[in-house]
Amino acid sequence: MNIVVEQALTVDEQGTISYSELVSASGVPEDALRELVRYGALAPLDPAAPAWTFNAHALMVARKVQRLRNDFELDTHAVAVVLSYLERIETLEAQLRELRARQG
Amino acid sequence: MKYKDYYAILGVKKDAGADDIKAAYRRLARKYHPDVSKEKNAEEKFKEMGEAYETLKDPEKRAAYDQLGSHASGQEFRPPPDWGQQYAQGSGAFDDIDLSDLFAAFGQRQSRGAGREAGGPPPPMRGHDFEAGVGITFAQAFNGSEIQLQMNGLEWDEEGNGRRVPRTITVRIPRGVANGEKLRVPGKGGAGFRGGPAGDLYLDIEVADHPVFRVAGQDLYMDLPLTPWEAVLGTEVSLPTPAGTVSLKVPAGTRAGQKLRLGGRGMQRGSGTAGHLYAIARIEVPSVVDDAQRELYRKLAAASNFAPRGHLEQEAAL
Repeated sequence: MNIVVEQALTVDEQGTISYSELVSASGVPEDALRELVRYGALAPLDPAAPAWTFNAHALMVARKVQRLRNDFELDTHAVAVVLSYLERIETLEAQLRELRARQG
Repeated sequence: MKYKDYYAILGVKKDAGADDIKAAYRRLARKYHPDVSKEKNAEEKFKEMGEAYETLKDPEKRAAYDQLGSHASGQEFRPPPDWGQQYAQGSGAFDDIDLSDLFAAFGQRQSRGAGREAGGPPPPMRGHDFEAGVGITFAQAFNGSEIQLQMNGLEWDEEGNGRRVPRTITVRIPRGVANGEKLRVPGKGGAGFRGGPAGDLYLDIEVADHPVFRVAGQDLYMDLPLTPWEAVLGTEVSLPTPAGTVSLKVPAGTRAGQKLRLGGRGMQRGSGTAGHLYAIARIEVPSVVDDAQRELYRKLAAASNFAPRGHLEQEAAL
């Protein structure tokens, strides 16, 4: 029997993601996504393009958005604020990991 | 089907008002939500709370839940005979699902009902995204690996009844993944229905610690223990790296904590980028020395004018 091997993709292998795929894969409603772009929480590669494209990492952000909306019942502005805190935490954690790795 | 006491999970009384239920859920969500919590098993705990709240916050679902009667948590039970007709539109198969599936199906039917009231046929629905934790070794992360996953995801039939479908899937994990990274396997979540696309499968990667190599992003760090004379005189050592042993030149005058860089010998990503491997000099001192060696150290002490604390006095003056 042939075993089908599925390829798991890292975010950087996926390159870019279209706006419509971002909407369908994250489940975030379109108006909320547009609002997040307006607040700068999500940035299309070319905001002036007729159809937006995002760095694939936007999918992970959008999935987080959906969790925060559903689980905390937050409005989009609050989600944008929480995202910026989470981003700061991620940066700090990466720095901490590096310091710990260096120190052993 | 196993009974779950949703009231106990949220820590509220059975007659709690909607406000109390919401407050209890919010209090717990602050503590256990996986996006904000570092508690152990936060994800698992939160899933249960989310499930309890989803059911109890909706008056219709809460009434249906209350009709199931009171059982001990974890006790096997079957819904009362008329429950299926009243709440589950006659779907009689309660065996291969759990309580959360039952109420998720309830939600599906509610949303379908809403769609019908708005006119037109209900829209196609995308399948569920599945999520699975995957523990791998450092070697698997460095080289990439193939792993087998057993899944038991919730899928919907056209009537909106959920059932658990066991599946085995073989997944190729690319090289260079990091601890905590999320990977996506497009289209391998739950099947879509009414012509909708399948959901995706997300893998939460957990890489076990390695006794020698420490990961930071794509870079690797390891300790390089040196003798004091190696650090002073310089040396060439043979160094094990994840991709094989290499020869490393330690320059004369290497200080403790100094980073010696082996370019491109860190984690390699599928995208072609490679991190570096840093060997951190640790200067080790022998704890036992014999008389002859002690004599040599004394001679060294007498001959040396090295004063590592020379600047302290002056700089520490207030």
